[in-house]
Amino acid sequence: MRVRAQLMMVMALDKCIGCHTCSVTCKQAWTNRNGTDYIWFNNVETKPGIGYPQQYEDQERWHGGWALDRRGRLRLRAGGRINKLLHIFANPDLPVIDDYYEPWTYDYSHLISAPLSDAPPVISARSKLTGEPTRLKWGVNWEDDLGGAHERLGQDPNIAGLEEQIRLDYENVFMFYLPRICEHCLNPSCVASCPSGALYKREEDGIVLADQNKCRGWRFCVSGCPYKKVYFNHVTGKAEKCTFCYARVEDGMPTICAETCVGRIRYIGVVLYDLDSVTAAASVPQDRLVETHRELLLDPHDPRVMSEAERGGVPFDWIEAAQRSPVYALACDLRVALPLHPEYRTMPMVWYVPPLAPVVHGLGSIGYDTEDPDAVFAAIEHMRIPIDYLANLLAAGDRGQIEEALRKQLAMRSFKRQEQLFGRGDTRTIAEAGLNPEQLEHLFRLLGLANYSERYVIPTSHREDAGALQTEHSGTDFPGNHYRDKKGRLRLRVRPE
Amino acid sequence: MSGAAWWQIFVFVAIPYVALSVFVVGHIWRYRFDRFGWTSHSSQIYESRWLRVGAPMFHLGVFLAIMGHALGILVPESLTEWLGISESEYSLVAVTGGTIAVVLVVVGLGILSLRRLADPRVRNATSDSDKFLFPLMWLVILLGMAETVGYNLLGPGYNYRPTIAEWYRGIFTFSPDVSGVTTAPILYQVHVSLAWLFIAAFPFTRLVHAWSAPVWYLTRPYVIYRRRRSTPVPVPGETRGWVTIGRR
Ligand code: SF4
Ligand code: SF4
Repeated sequence: MRVRAQLMMVMALDKCIGCHTCSVTCKQAWTNRNGTDYIWFNNVETKPGIGYPQQYEDQERWHGGWALDRRGRLRLRAGGRINKLLHIFANPDLPVIDDYYEPWTYDYSHLISAPLSDAPPVISARSKLTGEPTRLKWGVNWEDDLGGAHERLGQDPNIAGLEEQIRLDYENVFMFYLPRICEHCLNPSCVASCPSGALYKREEDGIVLADQNKCRGWRFCVSGCPYKKVYFNHVTGKAEKCTFCYARVEDGMPTICAETCVGRIRYIGVVLYDLDSVTAAASVPQDRLVETHRELLLDPHDPRVMSEAERGGVPFDWIEAAQRSPVYALACDLRVALPLHPEYRTMPMVWYVPPLAPVVHGLGSIGYDTEDPDAVFAAIEHMRIPIDYLANLLAAGDRGQIEEALRKQLAMRSFKRQEQLFGRGDTRTIAEAGLNPEQLEHLFRLLGLANYSERYVIPTSHREDAGALQTEHSGTDFPGNHYRDKKGRLRLRVRPE
Repeated sequence: MSGAAWWQIFVFVAIPYVALSVFVVGHIWRYRFDRFGWTSHSSQIYESRWLRVGAPMFHLGVFLAIMGHALGILVPESLTEWLGISESEYSLVAVTGGTIAVVLVVVGLGILSLRRLADPRVRNATSDSDKFLFPLMWLVILLGMAETVGYNLLGPGYNYRPTIAEWYRGIFTFSPDVSGVTTAPILYQVHVSLAWLFIAAFPFTRLVHAWSAPVWYLTRPYVIYRRRRSTPVPVPGETRGWVTIGRR
């Protein structure tokens, strides 16, 4: 047993208003350089929808992540080591830029240089790849709020398995936002796919990084990640990915996307896991994946876990942080958070609290009293869409997981409403949903009040390691690659040669 | 070496040693100070369909060509004779292997070059180093083909093994016999001279990715964990060899 600490994020999807603030602040912080123009470490998708890059969830096509072979052993879906080396000259599963979108800019100088005229000057879009005028065909949030859904909804891989077709008439349509970052997986297929060994997982906090000095541009991490969260910088020729804002979290601050989240939907904390159990946990049959993943996250109050953690080099304040962890509470104690596409078997560590809104909306539109939890509970059983959809997204098809998470949220809401209106709530529904009064209060505090210090419980990295940390930064320096020009000014190199 | 003109010494002795030195020192310098720029610089993200045909062909062909050159130049004629391999057997292997290699290299590089010219995205991303490298590779390859076709298939035939190969091996034993190359047909002389330019340029182009062939991947564990180290890592660009300490 080797216990290690991992930073984990949970997002409560009901609270996401789809404002894209997270994407924009992330872009400003990390991907505002040449070559990263099309790269969004954080993006917000409207679901149902085909996502960014298009249809990235269709692993029949992209071969990302892991799968079990016929003998039940865990294998990279795209093929193992020898297969990778045989395909080293051309990656068979690599998305091309049009699968993301062609980055563009505008001919701004025309605003100043246009001759005097009655009408204000108009500027046209220019491709950032060729400099030529271009027609805009797709973008990172092209399908925002179901835009164009009537044409493309059927291409959403999560819909493919549904018995009923999703209808788009006003009463039946549902949607929600899905903000996505790198999952900082426990069993990262990007790391496993990198022939150079440039990607690595930090033992101290589980953050997965791409070493800019070791990457040789083979691009297998890009295709190996089922979430398509490693990107190819087309100017430097190197892979880049979400860094979990390591420089911020080392100082105890939340990531930029979480810090600036308008809906306060994000939670960050520490969980403990056993490094030696990861592969076994990733190899269980599909219907047990979610529960096994939960079991992999160890109870930080268990004295045995605590002592093993200390033996494994986890500092004591990190163990304490794990005990106060909002993400452990949401995922394992309250059991309302679920992993995104657990069937990819990478053991993702960004989890989601499934949204009630689409379900409640659907029930309201077919005449249920959405204020009455009993009626809603009963109805949830019979609702196929969107629960099946959510199950395909967050539970490898297991409806039970989604129902449990939705019931608990619904019960908490109605209990708190009753408490407000009548002075006392009905504890029966609470118990039926599987919550005790203490858990109810905890869930309410976390989802409802969500103070900054409760949402983000991030221990700082250790000062005695500060010197070593500095060298770590250099090795993975992103905007890095500074040099001094002849006059001694610090310059940023954009093209390497 | 007596009897050789000064310019012959320059071209066939001095330049080779300069090229080899640049090759070695250039690699050390690049690895020490520009690991960030050390990449295959793939353009597959712009255009994948033709690259998936051309790139494997080209690389395979290059492997064959390198092996062929190594056999032809580094293995002395006396060794093949001692092994009992006759001249005709030797040239049969050389011609068959050479033909396969040439077809692969020419078609592969042809596809890669055409797509680089024809696809506006790839064309626009072509670096100065590529603009130097692609024509140079074409020149060296076409000259090499012209030698074989011109002298050995259509012409009187020319055996480079007792002449050019001797001179080439002499370079590494510090006793190059210039007459071996100065008596060779002019096509051969130009081919080898451009090859030295190619070798000197190698460490400063994207070709360095050849040294990064990731064979270690076959034996390492899939998931790599790293702990913080305390050994200093050079910051790219910050630690150039010629930056004087204490001055800004
Ligand atoms: S989500 Fe992140 S850690 Fe997981 S495989 Fe993709 S890039 Fe790697
Ligand atoms: S900032 Fe928060 S609320 Fe806004 S889109 Fe991002 S995750 Fe959703």
